Amino acid sequence: MVLQSAYLAVILALASAAVSLGANRFPALLKSFAFPLLGLSGFAAVGAGLGALVTATTSVARLPFGLPWLPWEVRIDPLAGFFLLLIGVVVVAVALYGPGYVREFQHERHPVAALGAFTGLFVAAMQLVVMADDAFLFMVAWELMSLASYFLVAFQHENAANRRAAFLYLLMAQIGGLAILLSYGVLATFAGSFAFEAMRHAHVPLLWSAVAFGLALFGFGMKAGLVPLHAWLPEAHPVAPSHISALMSGVMLKVAVYGFIRVTFDLIGTVQVSWGVIVLLVGSASALLGVLYAMQQSDLKRLLAYSSIENVGIIFIALGLSLVFLGAGQPLLASLGLIAALYHSLNHSLFKSLLFLGAGAVIQQTHEHSIEHMGGLLKRLPYTGIFFLIGCISIASLPPFNGFVSEWLTLQTALQGVVLQSGVLRIIIPVAAAMLALTGALAAMVFVKVYGVAFLGQPRTRRSRHARMPDIGMRAAQALLALLCLVLGVLPNLAINLMAAIPRTLRHLPEPGATAHGWLWLTPVAPQVASYSAPLVLLGLALAWLLSYLFLHGRRNRSIRRVPAWDCGFGPLSPRMQYTGAAFSMPIRRIFQPVWKVDERIERVTDDKGLRLTGLRHQLQIGDVSWSVLYEPIGRWVLIAARRVALLQSGNIRTYLAYSFFTLLFLLWLIT
Amino acid sequence: MADYLNPQGWLLALLQTLLFVAAAPLLVGWIRLLKATLQNRRAASPLQPYRDLIKLFGKEPVVADTASVIFRAAPYVVFSTTVVTAAVIPLIAVNLPTAAIADVIVLVGFLALARFFLALAGMDVGTAFGGMGASREMTISSLGEPAMLMAIFTLTMTAQSTNIAHAIDFMLSSGFVLRPSFMFALFGMLLVAVAETGRIPVDNPTTHLELTMLHEAMILEYSGRHLALMEWAAQLKLMIYGVLIVNVFLPWGIATRLTPQALLLGLVTVLVKLMALAVVLAVAETGLAKMRLFRAPEFLNLAFLLALLGMLSHVILEVGA
Repeated sequence: MVLQSAYLAVILALASAAVSLGANRFPALLKSFAFPLLGLSGFAAVGAGLGALVTATTSVARLPFGLPWLPWEVRIDPLAGFFLLLIGVVVVAVALYGPGYVREFQHERHPVAALGAFTGLFVAAMQLVVMADDAFLFMVAWELMSLASYFLVAFQHENAANRRAAFLYLLMAQIGGLAILLSYGVLATFAGSFAFEAMRHAHVPLLWSAVAFGLALFGFGMKAGLVPLHAWLPEAHPVAPSHISALMSGVMLKVAVYGFIRVTFDLIGTVQVSWGVIVLLVGSASALLGVLYAMQQSDLKRLLAYSSIENVGIIFIALGLSLVFLGAGQPLLASLGLIAALYHSLNHSLFKSLLFLGAGAVIQQTHEHSIEHMGGLLKRLPYTGIFFLIGCISIASLPPFNGFVSEWLTLQTALQGVVLQSGVLRIIIPVAAAMLALTGALAAMVFVKVYGVAFLGQPRTRRSRHARMPDIGMRAAQALLALLCLVLGVLPNLAINLMAAIPRTLRHLPEPGATAHGWLWLTPVAPQVASYSAPLVLLGLALAWLLSYLFLHGRRNRSIRRVPAWDCGFGPLSPRMQYTGAAFSMPIRRIFQPVWKVDERIERVTDDKGLRLTGLRHQLQIGDVSWSVLYEPIGRWVLIAARRVALLQSGNIRTYLAYSFFTLLFLLWLIT
Repeated sequence: MADYLNPQGWLLALLQTLLFVAAAPLLVGWIRLLKATLQNRRAASPLQPYRDLIKLFGKEPVVADTASVIFRAAPYVVFSTTVVTAAVIPLIAVNLPTAAIADVIVLVGFLALARFFLALAGMDVGTAFGGMGASREMTISSLGEPAMLMAIFTLTMTAQSTNIAHAIDFMLSSGFVLRPSFMFALFGMLLVAVAETGRIPVDNPTTHLELTMLHEAMILEYSGRHLALMEWAAQLKLMIYGVLIVNVFLPWGIATRLTPQALLLGLVTVLVKLMALAVVLAVAETGLAKMRLFRAPEFLNLAFLLALLGMLSHVILEVGA
């Protein structure tokens, strides 16, 4: 059943891709066939995922494809099922959202056939990656995923910046893919086969397993956007159409997380504490730098992309903790860390998709990308505004929404660091936890900025003043995701019970027992160590709200007098007097100065005689330090090396014949 | 958590919460009285905050025409979140069923939720002051939060629990031991509390000079019952930090059993402890001047450093010793 449902999901996604091919001629195909098929594919994936999770079984099959000596194996265990579920939910939301959203592209005569076809391929490839049980199918699906998403990033290719972003994405995706391939190569050498089943049972020497781990961390980390391998992410995610950004940020990054979990927890047998420490440190750096960079962005989608780096960092913090505990022989805590990481993956895919879909709706209505040109959108797009607020609260990890639960679990896991023997670890882990707390607090600030500047206050431009409500399907998609954010925040036990089978089937880890005391209580480790009851918290909040509202609001003068804002009596307000996003984040820019490459210019505009000041111009550019520190030097070295190599190419046919001759001689010598 | 079906416990918890909420303005009145006395001014009655609240509740709320739903919802969200936070903290008795609902990390989350809406409300009207206040408040708190959690982690790692009631139980059962880690954590926590509750030297609760204010700037546009709720929530927050400090670091006297004598003793001791803490605060506020905004990060870094030292001394000196 599980397998059939998963096959159906892949086939439906491919069918959606095939149907879309005709969309340039018959635009209605996209709305009435391609997106519904994609939605059904999402449902099938959800069904397969739920099936695998609820029954806690592993289904294995061999597909009649592939090469004669390299058959394609598929396997859906609870871990794969969980990620299928995650992919499915977001795909359903995207399918609801798509018809309303792509209408604009159809008006503008973009090649929507390509958009639909590559979307279908992209979704099918992600589902296949999760299902793959041999390195061959995995790599084929992985490359298909990278390529399909490359074309989606390059969709609006008339803009040169988009082409550049897409090329950067392709380049880094290929480098990452190469690292993953090499990692599988190391494992396959010792297993004697490309099948994952053989790799699980292979005995890999410590050094080589460390090499495989390092390559996997590099490859999957590049796809997931870990600092400093993240440079492609803030370039590529924002330039894709918004529903694709939702898929890329919400789902594709999680597929990379899946790959990392699969290789480290499942395929590589033994785990070292030091690996966990590395993952923990890389995760902490990504989380903190991601949120600091997000803070300084004014482009809404770019900001969300940087925030994805932050959240991937949080996921890797939890994974790092899990690896540390696994290496130190604390299976219960390792299991807790893994659950926290998976929970945050699910949560991030929900709220980040929600936010990207909301950003898409806003951009479609206002045609503005920068939050500095928005403002007052809550009144003009009330539904999107409320759902976006829910997304903001969730991503800022505030109770009672879902982001808080996973961050709380991560912190609880970190606090159990006292059980470790090593004093160094006992220091590193709480400091990492404090970094996580700093990240969370800064994330709250980032999303106050986004929401306050874009949705509250007064419209800053004419276009945002005339924004209208998006289409109902787009609102429904956001409503679905917002509702799931609330449900996963209030009933965390539901989700954790679903995930309970994953640590057991993956590594025979014990279940963390976080839900041992009924649906009301979340008690990781033990009830006397920590407990959290989200339903009771919500009840308490609702009660307190109700009481204060009834006592104060119900009695008299229900209507509230509206007057011009007081503003300390400084005369009438204009939209230009509002705090801008750049002003809002200025204190942080000043405090954490060395983190960015800040180029701030204030130009004084004077009259002809240069005596009277008539205006000020402020220019602010925030550059990513990783470019000047890492990428540009590498680029220079590559160019220099290429020039050296180019010396071989003299353009003289005789030289080339000589090369061939000597190569032939060398090969002959080699085989004799 | 075991006795969360005990109706007597819930009743006591409810009463304790009501007491907490009702007493918060009194604490502020007491601090103002102390400060006025220290500064040779004639003091208002300590009941003055109540009078102010009653006055505000009676007035008609006026809302700016640019304000959205968020502006009107925020006072209720902020107030109810703060009340729920207060409900979780043991004031006169530990082992009440409310303590298991949320641990200390959730508590920090509640305060962050209240602050989130406060900042949004500040930005909602679209005045420059509101945005400025929101930006500064979020900056200060995002630096304060890790310091606070670090101080709390030091405590929870010793007590092996993030549940406040369990941490207090641990403190009580281990007797009066002078742990260096707790001293550092306590100092760190004190500094954070000063910053988070908007007291001198980080913010001045009595200022209305636009360029220096943080908290006040966000609630400038509020009036009537909305303003009353915001003010009350701020007073409650001060009390929350006060009770957290006195009851977690110096829990002696708190009622561990639910007998009338124990509860009475708990009430008296917590009152005495809070009054003493208020004296410390009043003296500090009288002696210090408000810092520039960009000195505040240094202040909070100091808090973080102290908390980190607490953690280090816990790991180096206390574990295994």
